[in-house]
Amino acid sequence: MAQGITPEKLISPPSQGTGMYKGDSNFDDRFGAAKSPEEFQELKDPLREIPDDLEVDAQKLFTESKVKDVLHRLDSDLVALENVKERISEIAHLLLIDRLRRSIGLEAEPPTLHMSFTGNPGTGKTTVASKMGQILWKLGYIRKGHVVTASRDDLVGQYVGHTAPKTREVIKRAMGGVLFIDEAYNIYRLDNERDYGQETVEMLLEVMENDRQDLVVVMAGYRDKMDRFFSDVPGISSRIAHHVDFPDYNAEELLDIGRMMLDAQRYRFDADAEKAFKDYINLRLNRPHFANGRSVRNALDRARMRQAIRLFDAAEGGRTLTKKDLVTIQAEDILASRVFDDLHQTSTSDGNSGNGQAKTGAKAKSGSKSKK
Amino acid sequence: MPTGLKITQGTFSYLPDLSEDEIRAQIQYGIDNGWAVAIEYTDDPHPRNSYWDMWGMPMFDLEDAAGGMHEVTRCREAFPNQYIKVSLYNPKLTKQTIALQFIVNRPNHEPGFRLVRQEGADRTIRYTMEPYAASQPHGDRYAD
Amino acid sequence: MAGTSDPARPRWMAGVMPYKEMGYWKPDYVPEDSDIIAAFRITPQDGVEPEEAAAAVAGESSTATWTVVWTDRLTAHDNYQAKAYKVIPVPNSSPPSWIAYIAYKHDLFEEGSIANLTSSIIGNVFGFKALKALRLEDMHIPREYIKTFQGPPHGIITEREMVNKYGRPLLGATTKPKLGLSPRNYGRVVYEALRGGLDFVKDDENINSQNFNRWRDRYLYCMEAVHRAEEVTGETKGHYLNVTAATMEDMYERAEFAKELGSVIIMIDLTIGFTAMTSMSHWARANGLILHLHRAGYATYARQKNHGVNFRVLSKWCRLLGVDHIHSGTVVGKLEGDPNAIQGYYNTLREDKVPANAVQGIYFDQDWAHMPGVMPVASGGIHAGQMHQLLHYLGEDVVLQFGGGTIGHPMGVAAGATANRVAVEAMIQARNEGRDYYKEGPDILKKAAKTCSPLASALEVWGDITFDFESTDVPDVLELPTPVS
Repeated sequence: MAQGITPEKLISPPSQGTGMYKGDSNFDDRFGAAKSPEEFQELKDPLREIPDDLEVDAQKLFTESKVKDVLHRLDSDLVALENVKERISEIAHLLLIDRLRRSIGLEAEPPTLHMSFTGNPGTGKTTVASKMGQILWKLGYIRKGHVVTASRDDLVGQYVGHTAPKTREVIKRAMGGVLFIDEAYNIYRLDNERDYGQETVEMLLEVMENDRQDLVVVMAGYRDKMDRFFSDVPGISSRIAHHVDFPDYNAEELLDIGRMMLDAQRYRFDADAEKAFKDYINLRLNRPHFANGRSVRNALDRARMRQAIRLFDAAEGGRTLTKKDLVTIQAEDILASRVFDDLHQTSTSDGNSGNGQAKTGAKAKSGSKSKK
Repeated sequence: MPTGLKITQGTFSYLPDLSEDEIRAQIQYGIDNGWAVAIEYTDDPHPRNSYWDMWGMPMFDLEDAAGGMHEVTRCREAFPNQYIKVSLYNPKLTKQTIALQFIVNRPNHEPGFRLVRQEGADRTIRYTMEPYAASQPHGDRYAD
Repeated sequence: MAGTSDPARPRWMAGVMPYKEMGYWKPDYVPEDSDIIAAFRITPQDGVEPEEAAAAVAGESSTATWTVVWTDRLTAHDNYQAKAYKVIPVPNSSPPSWIAYIAYKHDLFEEGSIANLTSSIIGNVFGFKALKALRLEDMHIPREYIKTFQGPPHGIITEREMVNKYGRPLLGATTKPKLGLSPRNYGRVVYEALRGGLDFVKDDENINSQNFNRWRDRYLYCMEAVHRAEEVTGETKGHYLNVTAATMEDMYERAEFAKELGSVIIMIDLTIGFTAMTSMSHWARANGLILHLHRAGYATYARQKNHGVNFRVLSKWCRLLGVDHIHSGTVVGKLEGDPNAIQGYYNTLREDKVPANAVQGIYFDQDWAHMPGVMPVASGGIHAGQMHQLLHYLGEDVVLQFGGGTIGHPMGVAAGATANRVAVEAMIQARNEGRDYYKEGPDILKKAAKTCSPLASALEVWGDITFDFESTDVPDVLELPTPVS
């Protein structure tokens, strides 16, 4: 604090969306609400008392809140997922209109914003959740746009008295933003009534109801398991306003995703490699533990590692490397994958595993290769 | 106008009691500076009582003051008739101490302190001071 | 005064030769990280070139005397000679003056002794005939030398923890009238100011132990006042008991008695000298009391622009020898001080890494090696109506001393204290809420005054008082040297 000579520096200028002092006052500053919600509460029958020709500017709100930009980015950053994008856009528009209605006093209760995102792993649920956080923040429904991701291990304790503080800790960190609960159904174990998850569920129910202005909860996971979870815990289901279903990607979309990822990392396939990768996807798609975008990312990580070893071996053999070498993934970098090794083998070691395992695999290969 | 019946520890003790929004704003200021939020309560307000009881762990990772307010509310529910303060702690090198601290709850009645003078030779006096409430065991203080 | 230049003359021939040629002017010298570097403002006599004047200052503040001595050859004189390595003309100076940079090896100074450091650096040279005037503007103290000093007995962090007060400037007042009050009447002022809301009250620099108010009696009444005020507020309170006296023995006796009575703080005057200050600093560390320094007399050598020692250098010496509080200017009050220069002093006292800053008059980067900071004290002609300006310029790690602004309050001393306390709390609250408190200051105070009549009348009485005189010492914005370390 001794910086105090220029105390302005210490106070981050109230950035957009941090109007924490009086609800959404900062929102109203930006969009010039006709009256404050408190003033409107005095109206007995808003429908009648607010003049019918009171004008609101939807377009201004849409542009100035920059929700449009977020929707655009959602569209460009994510391959396919058309129905998801459509759902998000619908929700955004619903909230926009809700905003406008509230700005002239037509709504009293804050809307329920909790959501469920269902779909297989790697279908973009986390990414969309963070965009959703941006949208809610830009529209003034939450004070910060951050997303806190949690799963059962973060929420449920190991012994008596452990769960409540753990869950509360996560909830408090997420306040002002979005709490994204991955594989939400794992929290709750129907078959074990002494499971501590019950306590977490109760606390979540409470904040989802009572602290709606502080927290938006997004529950995510496999569709069938989520459905079961919701029917087991109807209280959760009834507090969720929007359900969004994330379909699996088809092979063509996955290839697009792969290209985008490579491009972002400044790599590219040569023609053979692209064909090999297409084959890879088709094979991988039908193997267990396939995780859509995530599997594509892991496969590319391993391909880059193999490329590195290939380049090193070449350099050791006296070849001069060029930029082209550095950016190009070749077919052999892909074809070395175990997915091609033995189509009958049921091993999943090259599947959804971490990099560590892949690394050993790559090393072993390079070893055998240099022996040739 | 002696102010003896209101202890004036903390940064905002000479202002009217802070409203919920005002407390929230101060907590948010601390969070925005990267400070941890801690809630403490006591029934022994002696000015040299450095260790009020901690209401849970300090909150190091909040983004928004709502998390801090949540604990203020819970602590008030648990100890409606004790002193409760919010501390914002700055862990930065060369600044490592509390950066802001203010009382957010007080007992209904604050009886204040007894000053005891132990008179010595040459007019020397040794002073000691204790809260009247401290004559009762913990739990029985500030009963009304 | 130095001899004339003769290229053929051997260096060690007996007689007088220019300092420049004795090795005290080394334009290609690159200071080492462990060097102590001084920036002097030199105003040479007519006809003396600035390099020779700078070399003379380097020589006289290190190994040289007026003539060549063969005994230099018994030493590694290159090491012990100070080196003037740069002179920069001060723009628009009349008579013309220069800033001279002189580097000293740390071997030249005794560890932990400001007395020794100052005997060297300002010992002889200020009366030097070759110069019309000389001023020490700034010093770079290397980490190696810093680590040989104790530093503040407690520092800002520990002081705040000791008195249990955070997040706002501390508030004080000096008992007035300075002279004449009997011990009992004196204690009354202390009690009223503390119970009204101040954190500290202060003896004035010249209240020591006069015939109308002997020290022991004053201490007894003041500590009664302090404890009474703690009783009615539940807050830690303090009174800076001035232990300044004629001898160290007297000072130790007074400090011991202050401790025995339960005071959290004692006070000394700069007039006791660097060694006595250092001794009291060690005493304060050993006995757990905060040490307040009143810079009595500093302006006799710190105020003139062309001669003396800039206060920023004094600040550094005091942080090294170790005090917890030091009076450092107010910006808006009645005592001398350019706002930028004062911000420079405050930064020098409080921060750990202080970058060179031409506007604030700071010539060197200064790294304090995590030595705790000193709490600056702003005192003299300030009042509650300036709270927004005070917070803006001085920050929150500062003691604001409202002497007249407390004791002169129309509703009484306690009301004056309350007005100041409410003003500071309201301003901190507004600042933390993100408001433009500097601009909205008067409104914030007016609003706070609605629930605090003492503040309302303080604003009425002093609202418009300002002290707007041009400062006699504004930093020259020079091109700064390449920062050291």
